Amino acid sequence: MKITLKVWRQKNAASEGRFETYVSNTVSEHMSFLELLDVVNIDLVKQGLEPIAFDHDCREGICGSCGLMINGRAHGPGKGIATCQLHMRSFKDGDEIVVEPWRANPFPVLKDLVVDRRSFDRIMQAGGYISVKTGGAPDGNALPVPHDHAEKAFDAAACIGCGACVAACPNSSAMLFVAAKVSQLALLPQGHAERADRALNMVEQMDKEGFGNCSNNYACEAECPKGISVDNIARLNREFLRATVVK
Amino acid sequence: MNRLVAFYQSSIGKKITMSLTGLFLCTFLVEHLVGNLLLFVGDGGESFDAYSEFMAGNFVIRTIEFVLLFGFLGHIVSGYLVWRKNRTSRSTDYEVYRLNENSPIWSRNTMLTGSIVFIFLVIHLRTFFLPLRFDDPTPSPYFLVVQAFTNGWYCAFYVFALILLAYHLRHGFQAAMQTLGLRNSRYEGLINAIGAIFWLLIPLGFASMPIYFYFFHTMSNAAMALGAL
Repeated sequence: MKITLKVWRQKNAASEGRFETYVSNTVSEHMSFLELLDVVNIDLVKQGLEPIAFDHDCREGICGSCGLMINGRAHGPGKGIATCQLHMRSFKDGDEIVVEPWRANPFPVLKDLVVDRRSFDRIMQAGGYISVKTGGAPDGNALPVPHDHAEKAFDAAACIGCGACVAACPNSSAMLFVAAKVSQLALLPQGHAERADRALNMVEQMDKEGFGNCSNNYACEAECPKGISVDNIARLNREFLRATVVK
Repeated sequence: MNRLVAFYQSSIGKKITMSLTGLFLCTFLVEHLVGNLLLFVGDGGESFDAYSEFMAGNFVIRTIEFVLLFGFLGHIVSGYLVWRKNRTSRSTDYEVYRLNENSPIWSRNTMLTGSIVFIFLVIHLRTFFLPLRFDDPTPSPYFLVVQAFTNGWYCAFYVFALILLAYHLRHGFQAAMQTLGLRNSRYEGLINAIGAIFWLLIPLGFASMPIYFYFFHTMSNAAMALGAL
């Protein structure tokens, strides 16, 4: 396949960025999108040029490191996949593909396609944990958890914090991320004791970081590689309202 | 008090305010439409004028008018603050951004549709509310309706604004449910069905009035003029 890539290049956080165009004639439809970038980078290195910087780690859709805006879609076309799971068979021979970093003020660009997502870490530090020691794995059923709560908590816990929800959202809102983290803990008995503080503190930190307000257009759910449901956002809203009343 | 201030300063607090005021405004639309259906009674506006007189003279209704004013202000101010914050959260735009592939059009234009509906509201109040409240002698409400709705341009703008209101409510009702934490994908169908009453039936009901008066009233006048010849 022949693919033309229009890639955002930016030397560092302080410099102005611009788009550069690269053409690769040796693309296999079996390659993942990250492998395509590897191939382009090998050519760049051979020419003595700076390779394209992009985040990646596990390359199997579980670490949440890779995240690119590909042709205007977070993680590219396709549903329920991270960028590393996007294969070149999703494109046609001769396509031009525009690759950009996540765009959101709380995710400043560090270099090329790499953004600083530590704003997510700070939201987690504000309450995305339980502060009591829960010990080792308890005996089965020692702590009663209704099955549907366990299922919903597990679904919320599938969030890998990749930031696609923020990138896809027209308001750069982090509500789906925060909702997943709040839901995961609020649904389980260990997380119950601190649920009010958690909802208030995580939302406060989210607002402080400069993420926008959710306008319920659900682009986040559509682009989430883990299919986190916006039902979690409704739960976060309930948790926040409840916390405002009980605190 | 601090807790309430913190609540309103938070992103979710402003949105909950928008949701509650939005739903309150929806209940007002129902009342307004039901009252206006008296225009179709066919008694030359007698029932409609009597209803208008009752509404203008009733102490409870006059008090609720103030609540309604605060409802509008709460909705508009919170909506503006949410919109302003959202505009500043992404300083660099995407080169390519295909939001149309993952979200419906009505969810992305509530500020635009809301703003045009607001302009409509101001014109609407100027046409009906202000003359009825402040003109001396008070004109007949039915006469004002006939006068406005036999003007083609006014009718066209009225219907256009109602289409935008439909768009606004198409998103607004279910968004209010979501923000209040009352939405769940299990009963999404039910919420959409109730929402359709607000975004489909109510604007249709309101739009039927200018359409009826413009076509039938103008036509019956023309027929009468022909008869006189």
